[in-house]
Amino acid sequence: MKYLTEFRNGEIAQRMAREIHQVATRPWKIMEVCGGQTHSIIRNGIDQMLPAGIEMIHGPGCPVCVTPLGLIDKALAIAAQPGVIFCSFGDMLRVPGTDRDLFQVKGSGGDVRVVYSPLDAVELAVRNPDKQVVFFGVGFETTAPANAMSVHVAKRRGLKNFSLLVSHVLVPPAIEAIMSSPDNKVQAFLAAGHVCSVMGYWEYPPIADKFQIPIVVTGFEPLDLLDGIRRAVIQLEKGEHRVENAYERIVTYAGNLPAQKLLAEVFEITDRAWRGIGVIPKSGWRLSEPYREFDAEERFHIANIHTEESPLCKAGDVLRGAIKPAECPAFGKECTPRHPLGATMVSSEGACAAYFNYGRFLSAEDLANAGSALSGAANG
Amino acid sequence: MGRVNFGGVVKNVCLDYVPEVAVGDYTIVHVGFALSKIDEQTALETLELFRKMGTLEEELASEEEAFARAAKAPQSPCPDGSCDPAEHIQPADAPTESRGR
Repeated sequence: MKYLTEFRNGEIAQRMAREIHQVATRPWKIMEVCGGQTHSIIRNGIDQMLPAGIEMIHGPGCPVCVTPLGLIDKALAIAAQPGVIFCSFGDMLRVPGTDRDLFQVKGSGGDVRVVYSPLDAVELAVRNPDKQVVFFGVGFETTAPANAMSVHVAKRRGLKNFSLLVSHVLVPPAIEAIMSSPDNKVQAFLAAGHVCSVMGYWEYPPIADKFQIPIVVTGFEPLDLLDGIRRAVIQLEKGEHRVENAYERIVTYAGNLPAQKLLAEVFEITDRAWRGIGVIPKSGWRLSEPYREFDAEERFHIANIHTEESPLCKAGDVLRGAIKPAECPAFGKECTPRHPLGATMVSSEGACAAYFNYGRFLSAEDLANAGSALSGAANG
Repeated sequence: MGRVNFGGVVKNVCLDYVPEVAVGDYTIVHVGFALSKIDEQTALETLELFRKMGTLEEELASEEEAFARAAKAPQSPCPDGSCDPAEHIQPADAPTESRGR
């Protein structure tokens, strides 16, 4: 695909990494906010190309991961009701609730469906007028325009059997919360390119000023990520704290204005609880008054839910960047992508899943042993 | 709605948020919605900058070769579909048949 392979060129990547090695004189800790970037960094070994002192800290930008357990339990309760078609993106299905997941609800007779787009759920509502169709609207600013449009279309069509279970979260308040934390280690941010394709980056200069941190809008391909890191390191070395755009082919300062217009109409700012982090003030969106009738929480009054986090899972510490996934005692033992204890092991944007899928839990000793075991087997 | 070709797979995509796209343009698509038109000129300029980076001590010819080689044998673009669909850059085929259902 055009402009995809070009941004994966290994030789240019090597030269970029060499430049980072030349520029860096001190250790720096840089957070990539977005889970999609975490996966690209680990999959492509970007972190292993960097000087030893440059550490990438994986941020909370995995919407499935930060959706509070209480809301997942609510989703499970709604999905299990007769007469409900419960629609979700695929990676939510295996996220464990307190005592089951959406797959298990489906297995015991619930009508749970994976859709590609929220508009597919609206179509289901049109075709099934005798059913209540609920879409699990989880996501950051990138996914919000799609969810906003689904509700907008449902209202325009006068649908009474479509609703949205909303847990929308926002990147800038999360950056502020991380920087304000007393044990914060992060010194620069890579801002998520696709969030910025919607929102632009006009929200970031005040944050860069307030916390004196470089913020670089960064893409997802290996060269994009290396360029974002390179620019962040250059700023850190010079003692600068500017907002830079390293994803100019996609992102403009103003962002997508038609999307922002509909978002402002359909949603309003609200406090949100982030799983593993806690409540961050003004860090999410809920449906605005004119669209409140489409809120699944209002339509299905789910109460008396018993919610309990797994005592083994350290996903909260991973999401805050306090530990690396492989430092969790359950990682790769009680917790694997097949039997996840937490959402970070499930989602295609979760840091634990990235570490597990790309083998980032083997020590040098493990690798050597595996090598000798293999050669032993070959010899024997 | 318009039709977008995802490297061979064609899907209907909502184009309401990118009214400026035309047939043949590339766009970022996320969960069935085009979010941003890819600026080809800027993409080319960025690549040109990247290619020049750190090449002072290297032969330009060998770099050209390497670039051509890498372009012929690209890495797998996520065959199992596990990566974020928004990472893929798609050409838009025939954008404006039935706008905004």
